[in-house]
Amino acid sequence: MGADHGHRLHFHAHSPLHSAPSHAKILALVAWVLLVVATPAHWFWAFGVHAVVLALAIGVSRVPVTYLLKRAVVETPFVVFAVLLPFIATGERIDVLGVAVSGPGLLAAWGLLVKGTLGVLASLLLAATTEPQDLLLGLQRLRVPQQLVQIMAFMIRYLDVVTDELQRMRVARESRGFTARDPRQWPVLARTFGALFIRSYERGERVHLAMLARGYTGSIPTEATRRPVTAHAHIHGSRR
Amino acid sequence: MHVPNGFLDAPTSVATGVVAAGAIGLALRGARRELDDRTAPMAGLVAAFVFATQMLNFPVGAGTSGHLLGGAIAAVLVGPWTAILCTSVVFVVQALLFADGGITALGTNIDLMGLSTVLVGWCVFRGLQAVMPKRTSLVPVQAGLGAFVSVPVAALLFTALYAVGGTADIPLDKLAAAMVGVHLLIGIGEGIITALAVGSIIAVRPDLVYGARRILRARELEIRPAATSGASS
Repeated sequence: MGADHGHRLHFHAHSPLHSAPSHAKILALVAWVLLVVATPAHWFWAFGVHAVVLALAIGVSRVPVTYLLKRAVVETPFVVFAVLLPFIATGERIDVLGVAVSGPGLLAAWGLLVKGTLGVLASLLLAATTEPQDLLLGLQRLRVPQQLVQIMAFMIRYLDVVTDELQRMRVARESRGFTARDPRQWPVLARTFGALFIRSYERGERVHLAMLARGYTGSIPTEATRRPVTAHAHIHGSRR
Repeated sequence: MHVPNGFLDAPTSVATGVVAAGAIGLALRGARRELDDRTAPMAGLVAAFVFATQMLNFPVGAGTSGHLLGGAIAAVLVGPWTAILCTSVVFVVQALLFADGGITALGTNIDLMGLSTVLVGWCVFRGLQAVMPKRTSLVPVQAGLGAFVSVPVAALLFTALYAVGGTADIPLDKLAAAMVGVHLLIGIGEGIITALAVGSIIAVRPDLVYGARRILRARELEIRPAATSGASS
């Protein structure tokens, strides 16, 4: 089980936000981000309100702001795009520090930056305060199809196994003196993919057979169907 | 490159979300035919594989590198429905657990990088398979061409979505030209790597490649007489 090593973004703490039901957190995140996205870029005061709401949530969660900011680098490519926007967008030209830029482009860049940053910080806050298991449970309570939640559960459970496998292959390649510099090395890397796919697929088959052997009928016992395990039942191995 | 929050306006984001939800609903039904009761564990592990493929960087030269989108290769390897499920799950997990790609842009990301690359890749692959001779050695070539076409089509689709719900006025013809131009190059890489990877799998386990199964079934059983008897290995 990948249950105990959590995931890279989770920040362990005890706060009202950590213990809040995950489906409520997901709904709140989607609703709030939709609100932020729908806010016109020229309502500067509204973004101040959004930022205060987010800051309050971060304060309640006891997750350090630096922890979130460090991980906000995922949006860097779009920051670059936003910075270029005033120069490539059309519309009337205005002078900023002696450089003629597009007025609407500048406003759009501001909108893109502020909405993107608020959104990424809020998403990071959800990831930092919610364990993957709770997230899956939340999705289930939100009536996401059972099968989809199951696929997601398997993916999260085996994510570290598969990425570790890829890592081991990299170590094996490099310990044999391999360095990838240009497309001439692609055939080797592509064979890594091939091997990784075959191993993942075969692992999936083994997992499925192991589950069948343990009485898998097509659905995973969830919080609702799982009865509390008594010591007696646990010792005698009859959990279901 | 995942689309973040606020890149497209709210109505477009909601509309792409509805399209994505519908496609996933259809795919849930279709995947049962491709994988029967093995759907959950198999699709889960293939999703983990797709996630991992996006972590392996391919050097392009001059210090830059890129990674696969993986939609087309997933379609050829496990079938289009399962591939849609797997890529969608990857984007959901990336948005919720890794904050990669906006949560309101989730539908957009699934439609562009999952749904469209899978469908385009698969249709091109199947189309080529119908007109080309039925040989397993051609499957990697067809898969590579499918992957190559899928990337610029996704870029074009992004431009179309931007035209409908973009938040900044950029001359659309310039945006389309730039997007398609850059993604033609990315597509060449995607195509070559997909072809090489599918080729390496076909060499070892051709039965695992969903797109090659029809050809394998058409093969006739041949009994080869043992060349040497009792020879030591």
